[in-house]
Amino acid sequence: MADANYPDDLLYHDQHDWARLEGDDHAVFGITWYAQDSLGEVVFYDGPEAGATIQKDSSYAEVESVKAVSDVIAPMSGEIVEVNDSLQDAPERINEDPYGEGWLVKVKLSSPTEAESLLAAAEYQKLLES
Amino acid sequence: MSALTETPMQRERAKTIYEKSKPGRRAAVLPDAGVPERPLEELIPAHLLRSEPPRLPEIAEPEIVRHYNRLSRRNFDLDSGLYPLGSCTMKHNPRLNERVAALPGHARLHPAQDPKRAQGALELMWLLQQSLSEICGLPHVSLQPSAGSHGELAGLLLTRAYHADRGEERTRVLAPDTSHGTNPASVTMAGYEVVKVATDERGGVEMDDLRAKIAEDPDQIACLMLTNPNTLGLFDENIAEIASLIHEAGGTLYYDGANLNAVMGQSRPGDMGFDIVHLNLHKSFSQPHGGGGPGAGPIAVSDRIEPFLPRPQVVRRESDNGGGPSFDLEFDRPQSIGRLRGFQGNFGVFVRSYAYILSLGADGLAEASETAVLNANYLKARLAEGRAGERLPVAFERHCMHEFVLSGKSMKKELGLATLDLAKRLLDYGFHPPTVYFPLLVDEALMVEPTETETKESLDAFADAIEQILIEAESDPEIAKQAPYTTPVRRLDEVRATRRPVVRQPLGD
Repeated sequence: MADANYPDDLLYHDQHDWARLEGDDHAVFGITWYAQDSLGEVVFYDGPEAGATIQKDSSYAEVESVKAVSDVIAPMSGEIVEVNDSLQDAPERINEDPYGEGWLVKVKLSSPTEAESLLAAAEYQKLLES
Repeated sequence: MSALTETPMQRERAKTIYEKSKPGRRAAVLPDAGVPERPLEELIPAHLLRSEPPRLPEIAEPEIVRHYNRLSRRNFDLDSGLYPLGSCTMKHNPRLNERVAALPGHARLHPAQDPKRAQGALELMWLLQQSLSEICGLPHVSLQPSAGSHGELAGLLLTRAYHADRGEERTRVLAPDTSHGTNPASVTMAGYEVVKVATDERGGVEMDDLRAKIAEDPDQIACLMLTNPNTLGLFDENIAEIASLIHEAGGTLYYDGANLNAVMGQSRPGDMGFDIVHLNLHKSFSQPHGGGGPGAGPIAVSDRIEPFLPRPQVVRRESDNGGGPSFDLEFDRPQSIGRLRGFQGNFGVFVRSYAYILSLGADGLAEASETAVLNANYLKARLAEGRAGERLPVAFERHCMHEFVLSGKSMKKELGLATLDLAKRLLDYGFHPPTVYFPLLVDEALMVEPTETETKESLDAFADAIEQILIEAESDPEIAKQAPYTTPVRRLDEVRATRRPVVRQPLGD
């Protein structure tokens, strides 16, 4: 997998999740490079179904790696409108391309202003170094 | 490097005994029966007969011996070297225990024997219950649960029965984020909801978080499951306050006894306020273990939990006609949660642990715990020196109990060496690796439990090996990343093992 990287066009949650805002009230979520690196090779992804409601700061999915099973925390609240089905057969995409093919869910945001509490790439990196 | 050469054991694929079977080979030849042979169909009703013979391997005795001897050599075992697997208490198994367990009266006793003709065995179980009761500071013991996790499930079922008896139905069980993975798993299996409690900067339960989690809905708190010392090897200094908070809320306090080796004869869970304790006889009370058994996870409980204990219970009855006491299995326990398994547990495990307790005595058990704590603190101090101190610092800087947790975060960042790589390389140095990646709140965790049965020389050798691996990694991290080189199999594909496990081994044809 590639070296550490944290794209500037994403917003970050301190539990190592990212959100990519799309339009006024949609976003795509995933886990950060740091999260997938800490977990190690992902062997199973257990995600929600489309239609499910998720709550900011609460767990909405589980990622199992060779080391551990970890909760995935929602960076923002909303309703799942699309899920990345390809992860069922190829959860390793979360390791290989955490910001691209390894995306987890697409969400219709219930309160888009929650974005204000998320971190910019530089702030998130500072958190990782502390 | 030379390690690229395969060892003979690496070249030889491990075979199952079925693959070695050849028709007609036998390990024993039975003499002629001396009576006329009759067809099976005449002796056994047709519907009870198999339609084809069982697929048993056909092998001569020398090959059986070699087969199992080879398998055992593919294993890393405590008899070969230090096995500092945190939370597993891999202490030496005294040979005396084996001698006692192998006595024919112990080894050949049939589990379905009538209690009247198994008095010695029942007496041993009763005496073991008494000993465990004294060690835990709780008056009642059931030997039925056969593993720590089984004891946990029993404890939660007892908690439910206790609350149900009071007309209460509670749904939430608290567990610190350092708890053994079996704790939340048992909670879920018992039908409760797990509520995680955070850890404070000294490695204990974060008291404000505990108060907040209780305050969310005190009437729903069924239980707090706690390991003390916890999986960081740290004794929770707030245990008295924790106990009173849980009891005020009406919950039970459950002690995960996996780490009892730190406190035997020093402090007692019952005195700390725990209602239910499980003990891992196979850990604290010396038993060959690992790989799933056989084990024993007896539970000790307080008076208020006693009516609900599993049945039957081993009891002692005083004689009413002037004779000596007798021992029995008591089934008349109307409030019991019922049976947890067939028979009363793994009897051989009881014999070994009772032999261990008797041979050490109360003073000896206390001394074993002191030495376990001393050994852990000595090794922790050794590993605070040199490169290990820099690359692999202890996660919580305090005197530890019987184990301690290091963090490989800096080792990974500076040397590119993950804790897993270090663990694999330790195998080449002749050591079983410590527990890795647990507890989860420590980055790149390495959890070391040397136990009391290691010498200073063996602890020094382990610390030296870690230093050597770090020196190696400074010049070439690939050495550890490709390790191990000398084991029967090299590094395994853990991803494939998890995603596409082979759980059926075909017979050899």
